[in-house]
Order: sequence, then C-alpha cells, then structure tokens
Amino acid sequence: MSALNIKKGSSSHSAYDLRDPNAPVSETHTLAVLVDNESGVLARVIGLFSGRGYNIESLTVAEVDHQGHRSRITVVTTGTPQVIDQIKAQLARMVPVHEVHDLTVEGPSVQRELALFKVAGRGEQRIEALRLAEIFRANVVDSTLESFVFEMTGTPEKIDAFAELMRPLGLRELARTGVAALARGA
Amino acid sequence: MNKAHATSAKAVTMTGARMVVQALKDQGVEVVFGYPGGAVLPIYDEIFQQNDIRHVLVRHEQGAVHMAEGYARSTGKPGVVLVTSGPGATNAVTGMVDALMDSIPLVVLTGQVPTFMIGTDGFQEADTVGITRPCTKHNWLVKDTAKLSETIHQAFHVATHGRPGPVLVDIPKDVQFATAGYIPMEQARTAHYQPRLQGDPEQIARLVEMIETAERPVFYTGGGVVNSGPAASRLLRELVDATGFPVTSTLMGLGCYPASGKAWLGMLGMHGLYEANLAMHGCDAMFNIGARFDDRITGRVKDFSPHSKKAHIDIDPSSINKVIRVDVPIVGDIAHVLDRVLTLWKARGSRVNRAALAKWWAQIDQWRAVRCLDFTNSDRTIKPQHALQRLEALTRGMDRYITTEVGQHQMWAAQYLGFEEPNRWMTSGGLGTMGYGLPASIGVQIAHPDALVINVAGEASWLMNMQEMGTAMQFRAPVKQFILNNERLGMVRQWQELLHGERYSQSWSESLPDFVKLAEAFGCKGIRCSDPADLDEAILEMVRYDGPVIFDCLVEKHENCFPMIPSGKAHNEMMLGDADTRGAIGAKGAVLV
Ligand SMILES: Cc1ncc(C[n+]2csc(CCOP(=O)(O)OP(=O)(O)O)c2C)c(N)n1
Ligand SMILES: [Mg+2]
Repeated sequence: MSALNIKKGSSSHSAYDLRDPNAPVSETHTLAVLVDNESGVLARVIGLFSGRGYNIESLTVAEVDHQGHRSRITVVTTGTPQVIDQIKAQLARMVPVHEVHDLTVEGPSVQRELALFKVAGRGEQRIEALRLAEIFRANVVDSTLESFVFEMTGTPEKIDAFAELMRPLGLRELARTGVAALARGA
Repeated sequence: MNKAHATSAKAVTMTGARMVVQALKDQGVEVVFGYPGGAVLPIYDEIFQQNDIRHVLVRHEQGAVHMAEGYARSTGKPGVVLVTSGPGATNAVTGMVDALMDSIPLVVLTGQVPTFMIGTDGFQEADTVGITRPCTKHNWLVKDTAKLSETIHQAFHVATHGRPGPVLVDIPKDVQFATAGYIPMEQARTAHYQPRLQGDPEQIARLVEMIETAERPVFYTGGGVVNSGPAASRLLRELVDATGFPVTSTLMGLGCYPASGKAWLGMLGMHGLYEANLAMHGCDAMFNIGARFDDRITGRVKDFSPHSKKAHIDIDPSSINKVIRVDVPIVGDIAHVLDRVLTLWKARGSRVNRAALAKWWAQIDQWRAVRCLDFTNSDRTIKPQHALQRLEALTRGMDRYITTEVGQHQMWAAQYLGFEEPNRWMTSGGLGTMGYGLPASIGVQIAHPDALVINVAGEASWLMNMQEMGTAMQFRAPVKQFILNNERLGMVRQWQELLHGERYSQSWSESLPDFVKLAEAFGCKGIRCSDPADLDEAILEMVRYDGPVIFDCLVEKHENCFPMIPSGKAHNEMMLGDADTRGAIGAKGAVLV
C-alpha cells in the first residue's frame, strides 16, 4: 500500500506551504516600541523577530525616561500587511512592552539617522568630497591632510545617496546609528 | 514603585529563601513539585521548617513540570515548580515549552549561582533566563533580595492573567541568603500588565448578527474556553443549547461542551470526526471560541472553510488573523464576551434562522451516518479502539480524569472517550510531548486524591518518563497507567506506511521491559491483558485496585488511526480507512509535519 509519490533524492518541494499564493507585496514599516528598560528586554524583542522569522532593517534603542526607566526601541521592518499586524500584536503582548506605534500608518512622521563617513583622498577628489558635503549639509568632525570624517543627519535615503557619492571619492568606512523616528505634530 | 518601596522599609525583614516560601503561601500555593540541588538549598531549608506547603519530590525535573501542568490544568490554579540551577533548569525546559504552547499557567523557580559568579562558567551555571526567554511567557533574574518577593507576586500575576503561560524566576544563591523587607502580595505592582477582558461592543454586535442570520453555523471551540474558567463552559453550553447550533472542539477544548450533548459533533482536525470536519468545511458562519487555527485543525490553509464568514474570540490579540483572516475579531476573555453575546442576542429576540438550521442538521446527520469511528473489531487481538471503548463504558460516570501521552493512542483516546466537563482531559497538544502523560497524571492525582486518574499511554511515550512511578509510589498517588502496547512508535509507523513507502525506519519498540515485573519492581500492581475476552475484568481490576497500576494492554500492532486528513490536504479530502490511503498523500504533503 505504498502511497509515496516523491521521486528519490528530490528536494524540489518545500515544507510548510502556509503562505497565501496571492500574498500581497511586502511593505516597510517603522515601529516605535516603548518598553521597561529591564535587563534582557532588547534580547526579548530581537528574539521575537528572529524566532518568528520577521525582518529587521534597522533597530535603535536607548533609555528615554531615566526616572521611569523607559526605553524607546525604533525598529524598521518589512513584511506583508498580515505579517506587520502580527509583529505589532506579538510585540504588544510582551510583558515589558507598554506601547507599540506604527509610525508608518499613524500619520506623518519624521525619520532621522546619524551617520559618520570616513573619506580619504588627495587633490581634486578631496575638494569634490568637501563640496558635496556642503551641499548635503554634512559637518566635518575630523580632518587630516589625507582624510575627513563627515557627520550627517538625515533620512536613510539621504544617507544612502551621500554614501553612493562618496564611494568613488575614497569612502573608507561608514557608521550608521539606525533610524530614530517621531510622529509629526503635537 | 515609590509606594511599594516606602512600605518595604517598614516591612518584615527576612532572608530571600524565606521570602520565597512566604510568597508562595500568600499566593495560596498548596503544593510544589521540585528537586533540590546546591543552588536552591536555602529554599529547601525553609521548606523543611514549615508544613503549609507540600513538596512533591520528583525523579526528573521534566517530570516536575508536567506534574505542575497536570495540577494546573485540572484545578485552574497555577502549578509551581522548584529546581536547581544548570541541569535542573535545563531539564525543565521541555515542560515549559509544552506549557507555553498549551497556555498552562506555571511558576517555575530556579536556583542560580551567586550573583558575583554569574558569567564565570561557575559550577552548574547556565544562562537560565537566556535559555528560557523564548520558552516562557516572561522570566526574571532577581539580583537583589529587596525585589524578590515582589517579583514572585508579579510572576503569579503574569502566569495567570491574559493568556496563561509558564513564567520563570531565577534566584541566585546569595540573593536567597541576604535579607530585605518582604513586600506582601497586595502591595506588589502589577498594574502595567492587565490584558483586556471585555470585547469590543461593536464587534460583539456583529457576531450576534452572524448568529441571527447564519444558515450553516458551527461553533469551533478550543482550550481558551477551559482557561477562561468554569463560567465560560457554562455560557458556551447555554449559547449552544439556546441557538441549536452544532459544536465541535479542538483536542485542547474537549469537555467544555459535554460529549453527551445533542449538538456535539466530536473533535475536529487531522484525526477529527468526519461530521466535524465537513461541518467546518461547509459552514457559512464559523464561531471560533478560544481556538487558534492550528495547522492540525486547518489542513491546507488555502482551502480552509472556503465559504464561511468567520468570527474569532481570543484573549490574545496575536492569535487573531495569524493564520486565518477573520471577519469579526474580538479580543477578550471568553466568559466576558459570551456573557455579552448572550445578553445582546436575547435582548434582540433570540433569533436564529430555524428553517435553514433544520436543513443544515439534516446534512450533518447524513455525515454522521457514515459512522467514521467504526472499525473492524476482532475476537483474537485487542483493537486499541475497542480497549478505549471498554475503558469508557466501564468508567463513565466515575469521578474520572484522563491524561495521555503522544501518538495514536492519544488520538484514539480523544475520539473514543467522552468528556462531560472541562479540566478532565490533560494532553500535550501544541508541543506533542511524549513523556507528558505519566507525570501529568500524578499532578492531577495530587490535586484530586480521591479521583480515578488514568493515563492512556503508548508504550514508547510511557518509557520516556517512567522513573516517575517512584514519585507515584512515594506520594501514594494511585494513578492508573493504561498502556496501549503495540510494540511500535505507532504514529510514526503510520506515517511511514502512508508517506514513506512502508519503510519502517526505527519505528518499532525493541527490548521492551516486562511491564508487570516493572510494576512489581516499583512496588505497585502490574496487569497484562492480551485477550479481548479478559479485557473488561482486567480493566475493572485496575480501577478497583487501591494504588498505582501499570496495565500492559497488548493491542493490534498495525492498526492505523482514522479518520485522517493528510498533511497538505483540505477538510473534505479525509481518509476514512485503509482503503482510502492508496496514493492519498502527494509529494507536497509528504514534506509537511
Ligand atoms: C519527545 C518526542 N519525541 C518524538 C516525538 C515524535 N513522535 C510522535 S508519536 C511517536 C510515537 C509514539 O509511540 P507510542 O508512545 O508507543 O504511541 P503509539 O503511537 O504507538 O500509540 C513519536 C516518536 C514526539 N512526539 N515527542
Ligand atoms: Mg506504541
């Protein structure tokens, strides 16, 4: 009574086909999560994302209320609308989580990231780098005769754009903080 | 925070170890399941010096957790576990994940190396909070004795509020020795974690409209009804009886609606009843009450109940729209929501579409007439289904609790035993943990000393935690181990037969012990039965015996468990018997679990 129809050695079939074949496309959302700043809270949040297979594009965290020991985690994630809803529900039910805000749907928001760029070069290249830095309103926070460190605050897209321009001009290193975001208005 | 700490200045001062025992007393704990070791010696010293809390010494920490689960599931109270650091904690992990999957409230207390040694790879050090973070609803490492009592109170609060689950408090040994003020239960800060109980009135009104207009309705109930408490089962029964709608349940929800009830369709899902699954497939209005659209229930998601409007009541918002999109989502406690639903529905005239409902029942009766649980009995070998039918017939009406292990016997028990009340059926649903049933039966028996507690077991599962027979003997827990011994990892064998070309790789039980002699070795009673003619008398002997029994019921070795919805198939593609299995599962289904 053999019911096995799999070809020997075949690996063409994939497990757990729970996904909707007409699944809507993936969206990017910025979430602000207010948590108790207790030990392990970041591991809890990150463990939720890795354990359930969600994406993290960017993550920042710092205590924002020293008296109340509250931290604000800003996480940029991608997924189908159903997955985004799940992520929010899963975050909200965690014991140390007080609030979850989806800044992408709750109205207009401002998003900023800080980045440091080390650019090394001489002559024309060096002058071009400095000229572009001025246009992008990047500050020079360190300089030697052969290098600059620029500091720039902006949207992730602006930082990407500046990094692209610096690459041929001698970009050596890039450090980014990840996104911090707030809803606009009162 | 300031309030509590201001009070603690005036509070009674005591050691951390004494605080643990005091906090357990304040929480009304009667029994702790545990196992000592270096990192919890101060707490054990306190346990020695009091008589209010009973300590059940297990034989393996996994056993302690499953006992606590059995205790919790059968009483509605949280189960409490106390184990040492390192191996004590890691041995408890399986039980905690089991409790997490099945939403069982547990408070697990673990010892830890002293704070100044944490991170040094000290003797019996393990990163317990790190290991158990995804295995618990929440956990805490307490580094300051002043915070210990409050943390334990918070732990009880979190374990039992909202969707219940296991929590863990890791207590370094120096924290147990140090002294601080005790914070009583009433002063512990729990305000922040208060999950919502009341459903949204607008959605409740939409659900009531669904009840009024449904032509082919079905109530799909789950473990959430048990967890909500006795009122939820009472309200469910009232709603089912008043509407006349058919009702089915997941494995976890059995007993919330009585098996003898008119509207009962039996369990649904992979090994659920034909009528239950076809009602789910064909309904136009589905009312999910405290279930979670698990993959054992839905089968192929794309084809799950394609023509129905769906409502879902759950206390956990993340359960809603996780797998199946629903039309009427209601976040709230089952009892609270059902109460509102009934009140509103009655106020609007208690209307249902009687004519359509009569047609729907006529259809369901046709499905029932298939008699999907019929099997070919034998007078030479005991069929496992027959053994359970006899067990049911001979123990029905008794003050009976059933636990199970995991495998074919578990599914047969769910199919052939009838449950009239909630909290009477303890089984490992979400995690499917072999080795759950024996310790769980002891936990149940400790909570209900005079009841008849039977663990329906497979021989392979039973061996996984058989050391706990020692615990049963020591604590005079007269649990009955009813082992359906097919000398096979039966469920694995069934899948290999159906999916892997009858290549029975490692799925037989070799070198089994002589269970009767094993019983004698433990000092309890052993019974063996292999002839259907002797079965009734043997079962009665087991039931009447005043003490633990190991019943070795030698059953047909190659019986398959039907009905079965193969992985990757829809509810209307059910196999009813061996004749249906030819070519039943395609390559795509074979890769599913
Ligand atoms: C701890 C654990 N390991 C492995 C499995 C996979 N598994 C599921 S059922 C089963 C066989 C169980 O055999 P037995 O207890 O004899 O029950 P039967 O199916 O024969 O009734 C196995 C190995 C499991 N569920 N749990
Ligand atoms: Mg077996």
